[in-house]
Amino acid sequence: MPKSPNDKLQGTLTLLVLRTLESRGPLHGYGLCEHIHAISEDLLQVEEGSLYPALHRMEQDQWIASKWEVTEKGRKAKFYSITARGKKQLADEHENWARLTRGVTRVLRYS
Amino acid sequence: MPWYVRWRNVFREERLNDELENELQYHLAETADRLIAEGISPKDALRLARLRLGNYSIQKESTRDMNIAAWLDSVRADLVYGLRQLRLSPGFTAVAVLSLALGIGANTAIFQLVNAIRLTTLPVKDPQQLVVIDWEKNSSRGGHWSSRSANFTYIQWDEIRKLQQAFSDVLAWSAGRFNLTNGGEPRFAEGLFVSGNFFQALGVHAMLGRTLTGEDDNAACNAGAVISYPFWKREFGGDRSVLGRKLTLDGYSVPVIGVTPPSFFGVEVGNRYDVAIPLCADRLLAEDKKGRIPGRMDWWLSLMGRLKPGWTVKNASAHMRVLSPGIMRATLPAEYRPDAAKRFEANKLLATEAGTGVSGLREQYERPLWLLMATTGLVLLIACANLANLLLARATVREPEIAVRLAMGASRWRVVRQFVAESLLLAIVGALLGAALALVLSRALLAFISTSENRIFVEITSDWRVLGFTAALAVLTCLLFGLLPALRSTHLSPAAAMRSEGRSVTAGRERFSLRRALVCTQVALSLVLLVGSFLFVRSLHHLLTADPGFASEGVLQVGIDFSKAPYAKEQRLNIYRDLTERLSAIPGVVSTAQVGFTPVSGSGWNNSVGPDGAPAAESKKNAFFNRASPGYFRTMGTRLLAGREFNEHDTLSSTKVAIINEEFAKKYFGGANPVGHTFHLEVGAGKQEPLFQIVGLVANTKYYSLQEDFRPIGFFPIAQDETPGPGADFVLRIAGSPGSVIKRAKAVVAAMSPSISIQFRPFSEQIKESLLRERLMATVSGAFGFLAALLATLGLYGVIAYMVARRRKEIGVRMALGADRARVVRLVLREAMLLLTIGLAAGIVLSLWSGQAAATLLYGVKPRDILSLAAASVLLAAIALIASYVPARRAAADDPMAALRTE
Repeated sequence: MPKSPNDKLQGTLTLLVLRTLESRGPLHGYGLCEHIHAISEDLLQVEEGSLYPALHRMEQDQWIASKWEVTEKGRKAKFYSITARGKKQLADEHENWARLTRGVTRVLRYS
Repeated sequence: MPWYVRWRNVFREERLNDELENELQYHLAETADRLIAEGISPKDALRLARLRLGNYSIQKESTRDMNIAAWLDSVRADLVYGLRQLRLSPGFTAVAVLSLALGIGANTAIFQLVNAIRLTTLPVKDPQQLVVIDWEKNSSRGGHWSSRSANFTYIQWDEIRKLQQAFSDVLAWSAGRFNLTNGGEPRFAEGLFVSGNFFQALGVHAMLGRTLTGEDDNAACNAGAVISYPFWKREFGGDRSVLGRKLTLDGYSVPVIGVTPPSFFGVEVGNRYDVAIPLCADRLLAEDKKGRIPGRMDWWLSLMGRLKPGWTVKNASAHMRVLSPGIMRATLPAEYRPDAAKRFEANKLLATEAGTGVSGLREQYERPLWLLMATTGLVLLIACANLANLLLARATVREPEIAVRLAMGASRWRVVRQFVAESLLLAIVGALLGAALALVLSRALLAFISTSENRIFVEITSDWRVLGFTAALAVLTCLLFGLLPALRSTHLSPAAAMRSEGRSVTAGRERFSLRRALVCTQVALSLVLLVGSFLFVRSLHHLLTADPGFASEGVLQVGIDFSKAPYAKEQRLNIYRDLTERLSAIPGVVSTAQVGFTPVSGSGWNNSVGPDGAPAAESKKNAFFNRASPGYFRTMGTRLLAGREFNEHDTLSSTKVAIINEEFAKKYFGGANPVGHTFHLEVGAGKQEPLFQIVGLVANTKYYSLQEDFRPIGFFPIAQDETPGPGADFVLRIAGSPGSVIKRAKAVVAAMSPSISIQFRPFSEQIKESLLRERLMATVSGAFGFLAALLATLGLYGVIAYMVARRRKEIGVRMALGADRARVVRLVLREAMLLLTIGLAAGIVLSLWSGQAAATLLYGVKPRDILSLAAASVLLAAIALIASYVPARRAAADDPMAALRTE
């Protein structure tokens, strides 16, 4: 189910998750939150309530795959990793994002 | 997510719940850990973590919804929405459902018949092990052929049984008819002579009593009869104390020993047996008390074998081939002349699969049924094209709505699904109605081809094949008519669709072309069907109007059997004469004659002849024969061209005479007047060939069927028959209704002896029934041809009307600028003509190509009949043009100002 590209909010979350998984390798939901939070220097706060539905939707679309593993603390956690299809989607979203920011920047600068 | 995963999710709900629970638990635990590390008390930490995650159960719900509920719910919503859409336009829904029901119903009905006579296996044990033993094509054997099972002699069956190693059993049967009454009007039961091992080899057990066994088929032959379930119900009212009760079969009394289960009808598909008695009983029922068992030229048995484990049909067939020379040598009829004997010994046997039983019905109707199936398939296709067109038009109306949906973020697939849900609803309702219709239609078709003389019994069941077929049709049609418009109408950018709402003057061409293509296809396909129906109608017409050589109207056939009456053999010729006189005396009878057998009754007799003194044996000059009494040709309305009819001076003691037909004269006497010439007739080895003097020449008449070319026929006087039988067939030309004649004839015969049986049948009925197949094809293909033309016309009308509506503004502008009405009409008609021409051209090519499939079912018409092609094209073009003239007129009558103002 391709998501409409003008759905900004969701698109951003997808982009963030995919990018994180691509660079960091398999991560669980909590780890994703922490990572985005840390890397964006607290600028981006992932809404925890919308993270899990988003993850499951992305899994349905086969952009990410999941696996149950045991963490160092001995807890069972669901680890997500990016798939080939997810990488393609990431490229698309990245492109969209770049275009959007370029457009917004230009509008801010020249108008 | 693929659909199967979703479905799996529905059934794995528990596990999914657990997974979600675990995942969210983990998140909570980690968050709490961090909060504790930040110095918050463990109790508060957990509460805070939960707070940050949001409403826990909603979270769980919404995450899980992704998998199942949302999907199921959207399907439900689609169906409800589809239902509402359909309710909103009842006209469209009715047309769609009805045309689908007709199309699917007709297809299913024909498929039910195909299934019943072609695909269903016999209701016996391991039917796939059964094979039929038969002769290779072009086998040569002469003799007496009786019953439709006639294939082997008893001696051959015995020989095959002894020599073969491929089969665990070789069973034999012969179909017959048994008269259940003693005198008066006969009542017949469908009979079977069966070998003792018949039921055991088939694996059929008695439901009541016992079946026959090998020991029952013995010289004394006093076992009794096995009856079928329907016969038991019919004749004995399903009485369980039937065992031991007596049945009268052709005057011979036998006890009932068993009843077979309801599913068993015999081994011939299309026929049903009532009573089965052992082969040995043939002797007891035979008039000469010897029967056909000792005869080396009496062909009356059909054979089936059950393969031993490890044997294939192919191996068994090869095995039979190897055994053939030995079997032929051992069973050679002594009467054969040397050359006939040589040909006989070269005959080969083979084995073919028989799991689906044997069937004359199949041979006769399999091809017509497949053709009809193709016909109904095309009709369904045309109906689908029509629906696709209607849906496209509806989709165009809904374009703005779809554009809004797409613009608001609905995926294309989601919108397509909504369209398909609507089509699926139509298809399902159509298929349900169609299945109900099929039950009626298939029975009506069977009734059509079943006659009083040739009763057809076919079990029509709705088994998994039929249900699967109907379901597949429903899905296929849904995809055919639903998917294309759905894909088409969602394949547009929202912006473009929104824009097209606005003011453009001319209609876009590109998106309209699909509908034109559909209409062209419809025209082409319906032309094929129309041409087909014209061919069959013309073929039937040809058969009905071609002169058969006799006038069948007003002729009543009377069959008399006095074998149970106390008359000596020597009296028979006198009885014939007596009967003729008594029947002639009945008021209302114009003339009476006796005949060996009536034409087109299926009976026949052929032999070699030697014209003008030449020997008949090995002359390779074959002719067909019959016997007739004085006045036969007058009664039948056959023209006497030269010489005389038979008269009372032609007797056993006078010169042997014959009357021949034109074809005989043309073939063997060079077309000259044959009266006064002679010919020899072939007889068995060691006997003197009789010489016949030709005394008359008559017009050609049909012999076996109306479909055949005229054959050379010779007639001999009944009074010169040296071995007259205990039965006689009469033809009565009558004036007025046959009712009173029949009543008086019965009285006349009963007065002679009450044990004489008599039956009646109008000769025209026999002729009519011989054309059943042709009538069936003409009627059914005609009906479907016109239905197809109607559908195509509707489709064309729809497209033209739609085009006119789309171009209303353009036409308004044209008229405002000075175009007159005729010009506008021409503009619209040009469009119709174009579609029609393309469709017809494609249709003509298709018809020429597909006509060959019907070739073997046509008489007097070539499959590439120009007249049929032209007639069908003109007819289709005419109604199509009328259909498009209506919207053209309407467009021209439009007020240009009104058209331009509508915005």
